[in-house]
Formats: sequence, structure tokens, C-alpha cells
Amino acid sequence: MTSTAAPADNGVNVDFLLTARETLAAQPAAADFKWRVSNEWVMGTHSRTSVQGFYGLGAEQTHRNEFQFDGDHPEVFSAEDNGPTPVEVLLVSLASCLTAGVAAVAQNREIQLRSVEATIEGDMDIRGILGVDPDVRNGFSQIKVSYKIDADASPEDIKALVAQSQKRSAVYDVITNPTNVVVEVN
Amino acid sequence: MSWHLAERSIDHVILERGEIANSWRTERWDSLRLLTPNWQSRLPGYSYQGSDPDEFMAMPDVVDFVSNYARLISAPVETQTEVIGVRSNGDEYVVTTTNDEWMCRVVVLASGAYGCPDLPAFSAAIAREVSTVTSIAYRNPDQLEHGGVLIVGAAATGVQLAQEIQGSGRPVTLAVGGHVRAPGLYRGKDIMWWLDAAGVLDEPYDEVDDIIRARNLSSFQLVGSPSRQTVDLNRLQEIGVRIVGRLAGVTADGVAQFSGSLPNQCALADLKLNRLLDLLDEWAITHGVDRDLPPPWRPEPTTLVESPPPLLLSLRSGKIKTVVWATGLRAVYPWLHVPVLDPKGRVRHEGGVTASPGLYLIGTAFLRRRKSTFIDGVGDDARDLSQHIVSYLEAVSSFP
Repeated sequence: MTSTAAPADNGVNVDFLLTARETLAAQPAAADFKWRVSNEWVMGTHSRTSVQGFYGLGAEQTHRNEFQFDGDHPEVFSAEDNGPTPVEVLLVSLASCLTAGVAAVAQNREIQLRSVEATIEGDMDIRGILGVDPDVRNGFSQIKVSYKIDADASPEDIKALVAQSQKRSAVYDVITNPTNVVVEVN
Repeated sequence: MSWHLAERSIDHVILERGEIANSWRTERWDSLRLLTPNWQSRLPGYSYQGSDPDEFMAMPDVVDFVSNYARLISAPVETQTEVIGVRSNGDEYVVTTTNDEWMCRVVVLASGAYGCPDLPAFSAAIAREVSTVTSIAYRNPDQLEHGGVLIVGAAATGVQLAQEIQGSGRPVTLAVGGHVRAPGLYRGKDIMWWLDAAGVLDEPYDEVDDIIRARNLSSFQLVGSPSRQTVDLNRLQEIGVRIVGRLAGVTADGVAQFSGSLPNQCALADLKLNRLLDLLDEWAITHGVDRDLPPPWRPEPTTLVESPPPLLLSLRSGKIKTVVWATGLRAVYPWLHVPVLDPKGRVRHEGGVTASPGLYLIGTAFLRRRKSTFIDGVGDDARDLSQHIVSYLEAVSSFP
């Protein structure tokens, strides 16, 4: 069988990523990034977070625009629901990170994606955050991610894409492994 | 290496800190056998001569095998001679040992890939909670206190020790990160027969997709056993071993924390296993051996009995008495004072050739081929490097 199909194009610049990998192997200092957000209380459980600058490649960097995120609690918590709850935003982060990874890995493996859809569900017993039962943890007891992917690849190769995306995902790592968190008051 | 240097009439000496086959004598557990069958113990001009080509050598057999070879080739070994310094002095190296000093044009670092346990940063915090033992110091289960054992790492060492220690009546919890599955026997043949015949072990370092990844890959979950039993996570759970994720840290309260990535680690290993077996089946078809073999089959995907897997385990509850580090070994070169080490202390090299003229490396993971750390792999690497050494010596000799 001869194939004349166009090369896979998922809109990911893999050559750039591979070059960056080589460059950063030689210059580990340039690989030190600092991601930053700033947050301000609005009212009640509503706060607003802004994202614009970050540090990396040895210099201060900036997003093209400032992005703003409202966080709040829903009406069932007697709040005003001005935005998603922070834990939902965490699921947003996980979804965005894993899907970006699927696209990048697919590009690297020359697999053309047609559609990638994911639903994420996090189980939480809110007796933890309410302090009802000290044995219940505050956070998720489990997170379940379901992908539906249409691509020019076998089901096994698609599973491998999703597995490799988890292996390289920053947010997946942050959620599955402990991280030191330092909170100061100035 | 010595055999190939002698073939090319290059004067040389082998410096050995202890006795011949020292690490096989002193740094291996009692029940360990090679993962490669006897027929695969092939060295330049020598191979297994016994009557059990499909069995696996125990450590005393390996010591005999290596010692016999040294005798047969009259290898110029200086035993009880520990190297304490290697320095460059112009176009020569000065090698200082506990006995004497050598000046030489060429040094081959053959101190092995497995000098020192590779422990995580928090290993000291764990040692404050419970007894710990590394795979180099472990000999047999009797050495361990009665009670629970947490084994960290699920390559060949971790799964073998899990099976042995669980069998001794000490309940084992096995912390599993990235791992590589393989059936001991596939379609009636030892998995090593397949890897050898299909050329997987000969894959050269400069043709592999990602050499960093290939050099860091953990060993197959295999045990050298005549019954060719498979020691995968499914089998270990059947005998009662508890499986948890990669050991990610320990809290100030002495609670071990395991990564939530275990399901994906298992999925990655299952996918990788199936890709390997697909490749072997394809090879069998294209090389006309398919019809002579039993039909292809696939091992069961990994099932986690405890689902979701536990994330926390107190090291102060008394349930865990010992932590066994099976996190792998790495080479260390405290005596090497030639600037060829990378920031992680590994020798920088291109297929065993370092940037320091006349300094070579042999016997580390995927040095020149996938089989570079195998007894069966050192011969080809030594041949290639000895050719390089000859050219180098000719070049330096012609410019007096």
C-alpha cells in the first residue's frame, strides 16, 4: 500500500519543541521558569486572578494580553457564583494540560487528529473542607478523565498518546505527586 | 576488552579492587541468577560449555565463568588493587592505586554501571523512621526483621525481591514507578532468545529514537528461573503483594506518600509490552519462523486489585518494619579527575569514546548497543573500542 496522505498537522510546532529540548539540555539555567498569577479579593468568596508576566529563558516574559479569571462558589453554597469554583479551575488546568500534550505527542508521532474531547470529573467529600470529619481529606478523593479521540491511528496508538501525555504533563504531575507549598504573609 | 587488546598486541593491565568478578561475589543477593540463559553467556573466544544451555547461572556460577575466562585468556589482572586516582598528564594518564602508580596512553573505565544505589533525596528521612537496606546490601529475607516490608522500585530487582520476601512470610508493599514488562517465555521461547534473534539487543546507540530515555530505561520485570515464571504485577498481587504508586516523598509525620500515577504507569507498561510482542511477531513472520512456533498471545493487562490504589502509608504504625531500596544503581567515579563528567556525575561519551583523548568507557547502559550491559554485549563493544584505541595509539605514536 502506498500512502500519499498529507503529513499530519495538528498545529503544534514540534521542530521548535525538539530544538528547545536540545538547547535546554546544554543550558539548564534557561530552563528555569517562574509562572506567576496575582489574585485580589472582590467580595464574599469572589476573587479575581490576573495572569500576564512570567520568567523563563533567562528573562522576564509576558503574555500577549492579560488574562483574568473570576473564582467564586456556587449558589448552593449561598454564594453569588461569579465564576467557577477553584477546584473546577484545577480540572480546567488538568484538561488543558493533557489535551495540549495529546496534540503535541500526536504531532511528534505524525498522527493526524480530527477531534479530541475530554470530560473530567473530580470526586470530593465536602465534609473535609467543612471540617465535619477530620478523616475526610479536603481535596479530591479521585479524578476521572475520559477522552474521546478521533484520529488516523489504531486504538492502541491513541491509548499510547493519552498515556504519554500523562507522562509528560506538568499539571498531572502536580496533582499526582506532593509539592512543597510556601505561603507567606507580608 | 583485554581479549581484544591482546588480539591487537596492545600491552595492558586490568586493575581490580578485590578479586576477579568482585561485584558478583560481594554485591549480589543469594538467590540471584542471571536474566540471560546460559547459551547467551558469550565472551570473545569463550562461551558457556556446560550441559544446561537453557538454565540460568547463579552467582557462584558467574564467578566461576568469569574466573575461568580470565585464566583461559591469561588476562593480566592485578587483584586487590583499588584505583584511587586517574589524572591526565599531557598525553598520558597517571593512575594511582592502593599499591602503585601507572602511566599509560589509554585508560578504559570498566568499573561498571552499578557502583552505588541510586536513592531519592528523601531516603535519609525514611531511614529515620524504619530500617532500610539497599539491593547491594540485601542477601536474603532472614536478614530482615519480621513484619511488613516496603520495596521501592519494580524493575527486575524489585519484583524478584518482592516475590522472595513475600514468600518468607513478610507482607510486601511494592512501590511502582515506570517499569518494563516482559513474559519469561513467549511462544515457547525464552524472551532473551527473541530479543537476540530479532536483533533488538544489537540495536546501535546512534540509531535509537531517544538515547537518553533508552539509557534510563529500567530492566525487564524478569527472574532467571528454569520454570520461566513471569513476575509481573498481576502475579505478585496473586501471591499477596500490595501494589502502590512511585514513592514520592515522606511527610514530617513519617507518612510515605505514593504517586497517583500508578494506573498510567501500568497502562504505559502494558502498551509497551504489546508493541514489543507485535514487533517480535512481525519479525517471526518476515523471517519464516512463525509457522514453527505456537501462536501469538498477549499477557493479561495489569489489573490493580486495590482500586483506587492507596496514596499514604504510615511508617510509624509498626506495619512496615523495613524499606528495601530497589531504585537502581548508578556508576560513580570519585577517583576520576579528568573533566569528562556531566552535572549528574555520568561520563559524557559518544559510544564509549570520551572527549579526553585516550579515555574510554565500557559496560554502561546502552553504551553502543542495547546489550552493552549484558555479558553477551561487552564483546562487540570491546571490539569497536579496541579498533578506536589502535587508531588513537598509532596517531599519537607518529607524532613523537
